[in-house]
Amino acid sequence: MLLKLLFRNAFRHRLRTALTVCGICVAILSFGLLRTVVSAWYAGVDASSATRLVTRNAISLVFPLPLSYKEKIRGVEGVKLVSLGNWFGGIYIEEKNFFANFAVDSKTYLDLYPEFVIPADQKLSFFKERKGCVVGRKLAKRFGWKIGDAIVLRGTIFPGNWEFVLRAIYRGRDKTIDENQFFFHWDYLNETMKKIQPRRADQVGFYMVGMASPDITAETTESIDKLFKNSFAETLTETEKVFQMGFISLSQTILTVIQLVSMVVIVIIMAVAANTMAMSVRERMSEYAVFKTLGFGGGYLAFLILGESMVITALGCGMGILLTYPAADAFARAVGEFFPVFNVAKETIYLDIAASVIIGVVAAVFPIWRAVSVPIASGLGRIG
Amino acid sequence: MAPVIEIKDLTKSYRRGSQSIVVLENLSLDIEESEFLALMGPSGSGKSTLLNLIAGLDKADSGSIRVRGTDISSLSENGLAKWRAENVGFIFQFYNLIPVLTAFENVELPLILTNLSRKERKEHVTTALRLVNLEDRMEHYPRQLSGGQQQRVAIARAVVTDPTILVADEPTGDLDRRSAEEVLGLMEKLSSVIGKTVVMVTHDPRAAKKAGNIKYLEKGVLANAPQASFPECI
Repeated sequence: MLLKLLFRNAFRHRLRTALTVCGICVAILSFGLLRTVVSAWYAGVDASSATRLVTRNAISLVFPLPLSYKEKIRGVEGVKLVSLGNWFGGIYIEEKNFFANFAVDSKTYLDLYPEFVIPADQKLSFFKERKGCVVGRKLAKRFGWKIGDAIVLRGTIFPGNWEFVLRAIYRGRDKTIDENQFFFHWDYLNETMKKIQPRRADQVGFYMVGMASPDITAETTESIDKLFKNSFAETLTETEKVFQMGFISLSQTILTVIQLVSMVVIVIIMAVAANTMAMSVRERMSEYAVFKTLGFGGGYLAFLILGESMVITALGCGMGILLTYPAADAFARAVGEFFPVFNVAKETIYLDIAASVIIGVVAAVFPIWRAVSVPIASGLGRIG
Repeated sequence: MAPVIEIKDLTKSYRRGSQSIVVLENLSLDIEESEFLALMGPSGSGKSTLLNLIAGLDKADSGSIRVRGTDISSLSENGLAKWRAENVGFIFQFYNLIPVLTAFENVELPLILTNLSRKERKEHVTTALRLVNLEDRMEHYPRQLSGGQQQRVAIARAVVTDPTILVADEPTGDLDRRSAEEVLGLMEKLSSVIGKTVVMVTHDPRAAKKAGNIKYLEKGVLANAPQASFPECI
């Protein structure tokens, strides 16, 4: 019966409860979305492999490395596979249609990235076609591309209009894989550059190095960089994770602010929920005094008040979590080009639940203390 | 026969700021088994405080209260709560029913603290509601009942655990004359027929007349007869 009473108490002031539930729902929704934004920022890091290294020019990523480094890197102990690529920076029709596009050594690159799942026939067709390209499923959907479609990108780093034929569409092995990328053959880029700007030919933006084992990355990175020490193009080799983190560190302050705001939202709703519970308990102080009069101890009162608080926060949290998914989808559609991977992670839902439990408990602490500590006679409102 | 309630040299004061206000002073009183005692006195005379102390709702500064041999002034908070649950039935002026519980559930409330099964609880509640003639209203919420009916539900709640003593604070203070008569009749019956010891605080001389014994309180001490300062009791 106490359980029944707890639920009935939670809905005694329907408007107040509804408003508080709405507030918690909005807070959990905001918290979930903000955490998802942070996760989306780290998507590249999360998707990186421990057995992949990135070798780039030690001065900056914008400076290239000679093609001749490829064989030298392959000779380093522990290296299983070497691929290479260039950030192409092409624009499809207009600049707002931004997506990541790379020229890569196709066969080795796709071997290094088994998380890009491509049907065998499409992969073969892509390898055969000099101007062939492979795009992610979401990117193809975004522009309505189908296999065989001709796609023209306007080069920004590499001048001219570049024609491609869509030969393959990949899907990610799991939800963390970015399905908004565009790859084409590095040979196509290099051969074209030999014709139009020969001095820029045989230049590589980065090498992707596949390791036999993740246990020897430290020695291998050192060995690779040592190879090119005091050369005209010294290298910097990092694990893929560290390489990705390098991009994130540029926006670390923004991420910290977002994380802080998500916490502030929870603290604010904690105060709102605590206010609701304090008002409810103050109004019912005489009822709690009656409970005490009848012999109910502090534990029972704590159960009633905490339970009521948990019912309200659980409702708000449940609604907030349910709304997080469609809201995240809408958000992803609106800003898809900035966040290619925008999925509500399980960890975010666990954090939502943990936050609502904390809200429920914190909101109930002071009212419980009040209800338990007020003398019965004062609670009943009669001394004389 | 030994009195059910023995009060000896009871003193109680409250602090208001830096001032200490003595509400009861060296009060001694015996209440017999099955006695229906009315406590009367002007506002601030200490009658409600005395009732609170007898019921174990408050603690005295000094003196002792023994109920059936148990010195309740020596019990801890938890001990006192357990003792109240087993020995005292409460009837309040404003009924103090839980508005979101039905009459049945309100009466069942004190039984939650017992080891009775659901079936046994139902039997006890039905009996208590039959006693106050509200068997047909058990599914009604307090707001669906008149003041008199609510007070009868409160009486059923007070007696459902079969307590040693019943304490009532102005039980007719919020009722019309007819409902008050019904409630007082019930309380008289509980004392004379069922043998409960009833202690009632009241301002109403008509209500007090129903009690077998009347005690007057004046400035925290017992008086034998109504004082001039308390003309409504004369």
